[in-house]
Parts: sequence; structure tokens; C-alpha cells
Amino acid sequence: MFDQLSDRLQATLSEVRSRGKLSEADVDAAMREIRLALLEADVNFKVVKAFTKTLKERCLGSEVLESLDPGQHVVKIVNEELTALMGGSGRDLAFAPTGPTVILMAGLQGSGKTTACAKLARHLGESGKDVALVACDVYRPAAVEQLVTVGERAGAHVYEQGTERDPVDIAEWALDRAREEGHDVLIVDTAGRLHVDEELMAELSRIRKKVKPHDVLLVVDAMTGQDAVGVAESFAEAAEFDGVVMTKLDGDARGGAALSVKAVTGKPILFASTGEKLEDFDRFHPDRMASRILGMGDVLTLIERAEQQVDERQALDLQEKLKQDRFTLEDFLQQMRQVRKMGPLSGLLGMMPGMGAMKQLKNADVDEGELDRVEAIILSMTPAERANPGMINGSRRKRIATGSGTKVQHVNQLVKQFDQMRKLMRQMASGKMPDPQQLAQMAGGAPRPKVRRR
Amino acid sequence: MVERLEQEVEAGSVSADGEAVRDRLIEILAEVASAGRAPIDLSGEPAVLLMVGVNGTGKTTTIGKIAWHLSREFGLSVVMGAADTYRAAAAEQLAEWAERAGADLVRSEAGADPGSVAFDAVAAARARGADVVIVDTAGRLHTQGNLMDELAKVRRVIAKQLPDAPHETLLTIDATTGQNGLRQAKAFSEAVEVDGVVLTKLDGTAKGGITLAIANELGIPVKLIGTGEQLEDLRPFDPTEFAQALLGE
Repeated sequence: MFDQLSDRLQATLSEVRSRGKLSEADVDAAMREIRLALLEADVNFKVVKAFTKTLKERCLGSEVLESLDPGQHVVKIVNEELTALMGGSGRDLAFAPTGPTVILMAGLQGSGKTTACAKLARHLGESGKDVALVACDVYRPAAVEQLVTVGERAGAHVYEQGTERDPVDIAEWALDRAREEGHDVLIVDTAGRLHVDEELMAELSRIRKKVKPHDVLLVVDAMTGQDAVGVAESFAEAAEFDGVVMTKLDGDARGGAALSVKAVTGKPILFASTGEKLEDFDRFHPDRMASRILGMGDVLTLIERAEQQVDERQALDLQEKLKQDRFTLEDFLQQMRQVRKMGPLSGLLGMMPGMGAMKQLKNADVDEGELDRVEAIILSMTPAERANPGMINGSRRKRIATGSGTKVQHVNQLVKQFDQMRKLMRQMASGKMPDPQQLAQMAGGAPRPKVRRR
Repeated sequence: MVERLEQEVEAGSVSADGEAVRDRLIEILAEVASAGRAPIDLSGEPAVLLMVGVNGTGKTTTIGKIAWHLSREFGLSVVMGAADTYRAAAAEQLAEWAERAGADLVRSEAGADPGSVAFDAVAAARARGADVVIVDTAGRLHTQGNLMDELAKVRRVIAKQLPDAPHETLLTIDATTGQNGLRQAKAFSEAVEVDGVVLTKLDGTAKGGITLAIANELGIPVKLIGTGEQLEDLRPFDPTEFAQALLGE
């Protein structure tokens, strides 16, 4: 998402890092680059001005100028200041001590509120909460149907009373029912509304007064430009929101809105929505996001997602298998499926450290189609064949190819490269550094996803 | 554009007073915004319109508005194709608009292949002798290669049925979108040929300035503007009015 900004900062700072010491002129040059990059990233100009001023003061301080590695210091400072700009170390939702916690969702049309409601419901459900939703968008055609569908998919009960009642009354009714039925959380979906629409902003205010939410969340589309600040300020005044949900972060928008909203309204970004599936929803971590901007990767999110998928015992078993060279195509299939469950591979690439520096990979598209093909081939094999690929002779290869809708050469390729991979993994599992030549060979033609240049 | 204005003032063709410079700037902005062919091509039999765009930009609502205007102002009969088979209740949403606009609707069950719905919609229009087909598609981020491929496929399916179709591919751009709008336009143009932009949600405070860059760099003009959530809230794009609004007149 912040690709361009991280490129610029890395380019500027790696120049600085290569010199011995930092002069004031060096710092000025770096500040200029940073200012330009932030403006181009749609960050509000007032925010940029304040940010670079603070940054420069710190960078000119003796801590940097006299340091043995001033470049590294600048990186550290930029990281810290960016993190602070976006909200410090993150904050949680407030929960009610008794009775249902009410969360009110508001925002412009098309920002992703309804999807966010369902995702939040699922997210809270994962930590054991009993979540209900109420459909208070009575204007948008089929909005109620949409919430019912996605809400149920998220495992939440959805309260609705069609489109003929006043949304304020619907909200009140739902809260009473939620209390009676003992739900822990009630999420209120509302209609998209312009911050300059007095009537609808007044309605939002009335809903708020009626249900007294513990949290009011403003849903903001990550690709919003300079307008984000005006929208946030107006909603802050009318709805006094507590936090922001940033949506569509899987796009390539520079994300200036994320940087500006907190700085201008003082409200933190609480959640990040990173895709169209219900699982594509994480707590927003400003510190991780700052690292991601600087190309330092978002390893923590990657690990968390992986942990959600991998059972610890399975992981230990796998390690044993790798060491003893008992890793089979069946195991490979399981691993590949788990990785794919973590989300689209192109998104995962962005989270890995150093990926920011690999320009080609960044703009590339992982070909999920090729992974489908590998999966199909393995599924066409018998369990015996998966355990012992060595037994796959000519006639078996033909059968597998036909069964998976692929060609014999694809089957050959998979078997050959799986063999190479096993050798490699055996080395790595026993602590040895893999042979660079073998790695190159693997990277050159492994059953890896095809990376398509844009 | 600023350079051009500076040159003109220096050359004396624009007098160096505030109002003259401002007026000339508006003219230049309007000129840049006028790239490409303005009117929407309705000559096909039936005329096929394909709506594409990123999630939440107003495709479905715009289809409702277009259909209503076509039927009210030009007496044309419209068939809508609910080829967004992904989003929950998308077909129901379009069905509501079809009813409001007095148009026919072709749909299938959720999860069906969007290409097949597009195919059915065009086929139905031909069979019934309808004038216009408008095909809705699912919102998609331009960064998702497989979804862009799917869109290209929908376009091919339509073209196979009717050689010049779709006659008009319209990309919805939300006026609040920042610099990313240009990348969106580039990516969608690569997947399908975008003929024009519908700039939506201009009733807010955002002005949609990125469409200038889209017109200038890609030669794709804004053809329609959306100014609200009701059927009537659609107008043809006026470059001068747009330029004036940009400068806050």
C-alpha cells in the first residue's frame, strides 16, 4: 500500500547510510525528499509540515550527528515518528462491563461499512464473543439483505426490520432484543452519508443518543485523498467517533489518509481491512504499518496469520519429517494450502522484510492459477504416490496428467522439483546452510508461483 | 498547465491581471478535461454499456440512473445484466434499480460466472428487441490480476456476441479518490478498453481533480457526473463547470 513512500525513504536514507557522518545539508536533503514523498502520498499538507519539522529537529540533534551510524539513526527516528503520527502503539475497543457492548459504524457511501461490520463480527467472534448486528441502512437498495447475508456468514445474528421504520427506532429495538437474548456485542450498521448532509448527520446523532454506543467507528477508504481530513473532522464534530477502520488496504493507494486522520482528529486507527474475504481484517498496528512504509516488512502480522493456521504439534511433526527426510507430497500439499489460507500471496509478499527493496517482485502478480495446477496434480495422485514419488512411472504420470487436466511435462516438472526441494529442506532442517547453487536452481524453475511483471 | 499559463502571460496573450489569468486557467483546465469523444455511443443494436470500477464507487447506482434517463429522455428500452455475482445481494440491489428505472433485469444465482450473465443479458436484449443493455460488474481492486483477467473475459464474451460491443465501457471513479484514481484508470484500461469515466459522489466536498490527470495522460474523458443517490442525480460532464468548481468558484 505505501510502496512509493517506502521506496523514496529507502532511497534517500540508503544514500545517507553509505556516508560516514551526517551534515546539516544532508539532513535538509533528506527532509526535502520525505516532504515530497508524503505530499505525493496524499498526506494532508499541514500534517506534513509539522512532521518534517519534528523530524528535522531530532535528526539535527547530537544523537544523530555524533553517532557512529547516523544513517541507521535517521531510519530509527523516522520509524518512531511515523508510528507516533499514526497512533502510538495501538488501542483496543472499549467493552461494556455488563450487557451488550454497542459499536456504531459510520462513514461515507461506499467506504466498506457493511463488509467491515461482518468482518468485525467475525473477528470478535473468534475471541469468544457472541455478536449480533442490526441493519439500520434503510435507504440503499438491498442493504439489509447484504448485511443479513454477510452477517450470517460471519456467524452473527442479524436484527432487521426492513426499510420502512426509522433507523433510530430499529436500533433501539435491536438493542433491547440483544440485551434480552444475551448477546455480548451489538454492531450497528448505518447508511453511508455525506459529512455535509445535515439531515443524515443529525440522524446519526440521534442514533448515537438512543443506543449510547461504547465505540463509534468511522470507516474510511484507504484510497481517499486530501478529502479524508475534511470528512474526518466533520464526523468527529457530529458523531464524536472513537476510532477508525481503514478499508481496502490491499490496494496500492499510498494511504495518506491513514497518516493524516489521526494527526488531525487525534483518533486512532483501530482496524485494517485488507481484502474482500471476512478473514481479511486485523487490528491496526501503527508500529507495524510504519515499518512496512520503510520497507522493513510487517513480519509480526505475517507470523500472527501463520499462527492462526498452523497447529503447534503439526509444526513440530513437520520439522521431524523434514529432518528425517520423510516429507511427502501430501505434506507439501498441506503446507501449500495453509500458506494460501493466509491470504493472497501478493499481499503476503508485501509483509516480508526486504520485499520493499525487491522492485520487480513488488509490482508483480503471483499467479494463483499455477498453484491451482500444482494442487490438482497432487490431488490426482494416490496416497502411495504422494508418499513415494519415486514410484511414479510413465503410465502413472499419464494417468495423473489426465486426471488433473494437465500435461505429462507438468507432472514431471513437479516431481523433479519436489525432489530438489526435499534435498534442500533436509539440509536446512538439520541446520546446514543450503547450497547456493541448488537454491539458484530451485529459484530458477521450481513449482513456484509464476511471477508476472506488470 | 501552469507552465503553459506562465508562457502565455509572458508572451502577452493573456494580460497579467488576476482575473484574466484566472479566466484563462479555467479555459486551460476545461480544455484538458475535454480529451476524447464526449457523447456516449448509443448507435449499437442493441447498444451495450459495460460498467467497471473499484469497490464502492457507485457502479450499480449509476446504472439505475442511466437507465432512467435513457428511458425518460430518449424513450429507449433497457435491459440490465446483473453480472456482479460475487457481492452479497448485488443482484437484489440492481433489481431494485431496474424496477425504479422501468428496465428489465437478467440475473442468475450468486457465484455464477459473470461472463455467462453478460452473455444472457445481451441475448435477451436481442431477443426482445431492446435498445440498450447495461452490464453491471463486481467492484474489484485494480491490483488483483485474476479479477482484472475475469473482467477482460466478460468483455470478450460480449464482443463474441456482438462484434463492436461493448460500445461503451464506463469506469466509475469516486470523487474522493486521491492520486490512486490514475492508477485505477491505467489498470482498468489495460484489462478492458475504457471509453469514459463516470465521476461519482460530486455532491460531497471532493472535486475529483484526478480526472484531469486521467484525461491528460490516458485521453479518457469524464462523460457523466453523479451528484447524489437518486435517479435524477446524473448529468453530462461540463468541462468548464468542472474547471470552475476546481478553482472554487
